[in-house]
Amino acid sequence: MKPGAFEYVAPESLEAALAVLTDRGEDASILSGGQSLLPLLNMRLARPEVLLDINRLGELATWEVTGDEVRVGALVRAARLERDAEVLATLPVLPEAISHIGHPQIRNRTTVGGNVAHADPSSELPGVLAALDGSVELRSQSGTRTLSWDEFFVSVFTTAREPEELVIGVRFPLLRGWDVRFTEMARRHGDFPIVALTVAVQEDGGVLTGLRAAATGVADRPVRLTEVEQAATGRSLDDAVIADLAGLARDAVDPQPDGAGSAEYRKHLVGTLLSRVLAPELGRSAA
Amino acid sequence: MTIDDTVTGVDLCEVTVIVNGQLRRARTEVRTLLSDFLRHDLGLTGTHVGCEHGACGACTVLVDGTAVRACLMLAVQVDGGEVTTVEGITPDEGLSPLQDAMWAEHGLQCGFCTPGILCSVEGAARAGENVGERLDDLLGGHICRCTGYQNVRAAVRLYCAGGQEAGR
Repeated sequence: MKPGAFEYVAPESLEAALAVLTDRGEDASILSGGQSLLPLLNMRLARPEVLLDINRLGELATWEVTGDEVRVGALVRAARLERDAEVLATLPVLPEAISHIGHPQIRNRTTVGGNVAHADPSSELPGVLAALDGSVELRSQSGTRTLSWDEFFVSVFTTAREPEELVIGVRFPLLRGWDVRFTEMARRHGDFPIVALTVAVQEDGGVLTGLRAAATGVADRPVRLTEVEQAATGRSLDDAVIADLAGLARDAVDPQPDGAGSAEYRKHLVGTLLSRVLAPELGRSAA
Repeated sequence: MTIDDTVTGVDLCEVTVIVNGQLRRARTEVRTLLSDFLRHDLGLTGTHVGCEHGACGACTVLVDGTAVRACLMLAVQVDGGEVTTVEGITPDEGLSPLQDAMWAEHGLQCGFCTPGILCSVEGAARAGENVGERLDDLLGGHICRCTGYQNVRAAVRLYCAGGQEAGR
């Protein structure tokens, strides 16, 4: 298993990379961490004419935590973000979700921008972005635009990125006063999840004042479980309410079967994972 | 940079890289994987090639001190960098403390996965990580079909506890 022939270009600046995309974007694959692209090249499932290696664009390899968000440059390695004390303190769901992406040796190379741009329909970070109402920054020679997750993710491995555009950053908004949790079911830790769920909970005296739930692995792109979110508001979390919400979650999705799980199993899982992720709160109030 | 400056996959490129402390230079195809570059161009066959899509972990090496899959990088990407393979973590004589612990606990049988495991654990230890705490996460990135992992885990625990000498 060896990659086919390609033209290789590894620019030293963002401007130079964007020039290549203007020129040859239609024929190019962008090499970021390469943990999904290299397997595709090795198995020749992908045969790009041009391989644009963005690993020398150090300007995309930084992140910052502001009052409103964690803004992550596209080239930031998953493992670096996973171990950052400030991110852990500010947005713990992000390192939690990252810890489920592949294995440590994979996360040492995987980039946040690459993971999101690849748009695997069961991947973890797109679901986190959906729950937080995050966005993706794209740049081309004609300018920068920021797309909400809903605009960015189109379908399986398909995004709204134009051929001349590069994903330069990913923005994870901070939900002050919300408790954001992540859970998933995979065949084994490190595999792609069968279903992954990010849930944000806002409570006031045991009553839910807000709920956001985003699932991956149940559609061709991340989905928000809006029926569940609406039904949850104003209710207090007890066993009956959780069972009700889990049922709504199962009814809300229409997954496709694949080798990892049948449609029925995925529907079942999304409800089970929702119950589990909401249960700790119940445990606390009951105690 | 325009596309005129690119080199095509079948073209040769020169890769200059410090491998196991030695400056090495070789011409290879742009599409050559780092794993094949180490084995075929540099003759370092300690790095094993299993699945070639990042799942098995046999080809794990340290690139600039970090454990990565050599089958998921191109050789040209380490130009100007530093690579450490299992040959580089092995002393000139005898075994490293981690290798010694693997020997003592029978942490390998056929040995095919072992170079990758050694590089992962060594990389984490050199980076100052708590290897004992991260043991299962680290070993989860390696497929071993001989040991059932129990002996590998015992070996890494022995290594973390200071090795055979400390245990006596």
